[in-house]
Amino acid sequence: MTDSTPSTGLTAPKLRLGIRDGSDDGWGYAPAPESTDHVELRDRYGLFIDGEFVDAGDGRTFETANPATEEKIADVALASDADVDAAVAAARRAYEEVWSKLAPRERGKYVYRIARVLQERGRELAITESLDGGKPIRESRDVDIPLAAAHFFYYAGWADKLDYAFPGRGARALGVAGQVIPWNFPLLMAAWKIAPAIAAGNTVVLKPAETTPLTALKLAEIIQDACVPPGVVNIVTGAGETGAAVVQHEDVDKVAFTGSTEVGKLIRRALAGSGKHYTLELGGKAANLVFEDAAVDQAVEGIVNGIFFNQGHVCCAGSRLLVQESVADEVISKLKDRMETLIVGDPLDKNTDIGAINSRAQLDKIEEYLEIGEEEGAEPFQTSCPVPERGYWCRPTLFLHAAQSHRVVQEEIFGPVLAVQTFRTVDEGIAMANNTPYGLSGGVWSDKGAKAFRVTSRIRAGVLWANTYNKFDPTAPFGGYKESGIGREGGLAGLHAYLRPEAAA
Amino acid sequence: MSEQRPAAAADRLPVLKTHKVYVGGKFPRSESGRFDRALAPDGTPIANICRCSRKDVRDAVTAARAAQAGWAARTAYNRGQILYRIAEMLEGRSGQFEALLAVGGTAPDEAAAEVQAATDRLLHYAGWTDKFQQVFSSVNPVATSHFNFSILEPMGVVGVLAPESPLLGLVSSIAPAIAGGNTTVVLVTGSQPLPATTFGEVLNSSDVPGGVVNILTGRQDEMLAPLAAHRDVDALLLCSPDPDVARSAEIEAVHNLKRVAVRPHEDWTDIQSPYEITDLQEVKTTWHPIGS
Repeated sequence: MTDSTPSTGLTAPKLRLGIRDGSDDGWGYAPAPESTDHVELRDRYGLFIDGEFVDAGDGRTFETANPATEEKIADVALASDADVDAAVAAARRAYEEVWSKLAPRERGKYVYRIARVLQERGRELAITESLDGGKPIRESRDVDIPLAAAHFFYYAGWADKLDYAFPGRGARALGVAGQVIPWNFPLLMAAWKIAPAIAAGNTVVLKPAETTPLTALKLAEIIQDACVPPGVVNIVTGAGETGAAVVQHEDVDKVAFTGSTEVGKLIRRALAGSGKHYTLELGGKAANLVFEDAAVDQAVEGIVNGIFFNQGHVCCAGSRLLVQESVADEVISKLKDRMETLIVGDPLDKNTDIGAINSRAQLDKIEEYLEIGEEEGAEPFQTSCPVPERGYWCRPTLFLHAAQSHRVVQEEIFGPVLAVQTFRTVDEGIAMANNTPYGLSGGVWSDKGAKAFRVTSRIRAGVLWANTYNKFDPTAPFGGYKESGIGREGGLAGLHAYLRPEAAA
Repeated sequence: MSEQRPAAAADRLPVLKTHKVYVGGKFPRSESGRFDRALAPDGTPIANICRCSRKDVRDAVTAARAAQAGWAARTAYNRGQILYRIAEMLEGRSGQFEALLAVGGTAPDEAAAEVQAATDRLLHYAGWTDKFQQVFSSVNPVATSHFNFSILEPMGVVGVLAPESPLLGLVSSIAPAIAGGNTTVVLVTGSQPLPATTFGEVLNSSDVPGGVVNILTGRQDEMLAPLAAHRDVDALLLCSPDPDVARSAEIEAVHNLKRVAVRPHEDWTDIQSPYEITDLQEVKTTWHPIGS
């Protein structure tokens, strides 16, 4: 565990509420670390293939570490092409011989079981998620894990109702799905991928991200405990090469990828002409539009949630603030004050607002963008909160007076960095919101209902939040327009991604 | 030039049509000034057609983009009436299309059946314009206090590689795209292009706004790659049984992650469903808080 009362000797901020810098004035928060004594972590994790944990064929491993302490947590098997072959073969066998022959109702029961055990082991999973990935325990406890369980519960119920998926058509599973997920919501992304796939009757080979494999491997334990037939879910750990082997495997019928637009395009290219099914959930650069008739305090909370939730490691993060000129000074002033109260530090402390940046590589990338933003002429603002000495940290950051052409406006940073621009008219705000290659999400803040409906309908993005932000639900389809991806996850649309309609009767 | 050759009186020379392309509601020739010959099955030249260039493709995309927001903003009822109007116009010109199909080698009874099927298909999609949203959108029962719904929105500008099937296939590829509020750039590269150029006239007299359907004739190897790579095209509908054609176009489409739907059918008789519409729609999910 990190030292929860770090001393940094930084200049005291103007607003001190919630700041724990060792010179407490009586108004700070006492440390509130989550206890970890009930969490069992192994020193070494194998691949989960055909219902068993096995070492990589060539015995290779990699380390997964706690980004808040830089300390190793466990050695994890590194899957080679041969291991991926074995996993796909197991998935194929399970699909042909077991899963596709099982009564849909019984298939659903297995998925329900997974949901239930996820709920039972929720706290352990939340702590593991925060240890391995750096996210604040409040978020892993209240968002990631409950939503992951909810996804399994929602899709479990679809298993025996597939006849209602495509009006006028029957529905059939696709076969074996190859799935690759990112490190920002490790267990939740595993749930988004696995739950609809297996409920619809497919079997899967999933590759978690190399910096955050642990909760997916705990999910494998749960799947084992739930007596899900061997091979229905296979989990292979490794880095990009392992992922490439999964998505390019010729015996995979469906590819599901969540990650960067750059890698998504490589995958899409590799799939060209194959006729395989695919869904791609890629990058974003969402605009949060604040109009002059917004409830400003609510909007400020929404802006903070939009960009600082999960350290900004969110593909749908509201990483651009577009604020109407007449209220810009007020909004930005209140935003800065609110940001000063944010606590950056120990992910396992229940007071923490912003945890650790997921990895050294990601911190390097964010810091590179901090330099780029300054060089381009945007005005940086960073809060003065202390951060621990060890680990990977980034204080909440604004780039004021950013221009549409700036890279910090056009490119996904994936960190707690918000580019701020102003607009005058509704049309201008919409045009600016739409002026990136991305189209994953967007936010609109206005107390005029008609305007909120109009603006959300004109933003070219797959998910729009009006007077709220970063809300997710298993029943609500999620996914991007333009270069933010192809296809949807969640809801009925997310079920479609794992089914093919049969020809009309 | 023997197209639709009327039984001319000995003392009257028939007036033959110049087959031009249809872009932005107008009938220009190719900017390249080039032409190809449309041939009868026996190799006899029937007519000259435009051999469009990359520049024609770009111009057509510009026209389709300019028309897209306005077309999508039309009410579903209005789009339905316009598709119905297209069917009315096609029905009224059935004899002309039967003759065009016949000169291209279709047997007369089959030609009549194809024109009727194409007309009925337009009617079918006219009826879907104000219904597919009801069937395929949803109110999502989220576990928080939000009104949450997912609706379909047109992908935008759709590039269509028209199928070999000269009228029924053509109509079956265009109608669902525009029924859902997309605008189209249609590449006609098959062996019988004349029904397509004449279909532009039907569209033009059916209250279809200029630019909603743009029809170019020419060669696939010149036009498809620039269309598939164009960054202002949102989706491709590739009606070709040739997997290499789909593959190469899909690779070009990766530049801006165009959505790609492949239709390898040669017989379009049964290719009619609301899924032809929804395959060219995006799902948008919107969250509104419920509270005071």
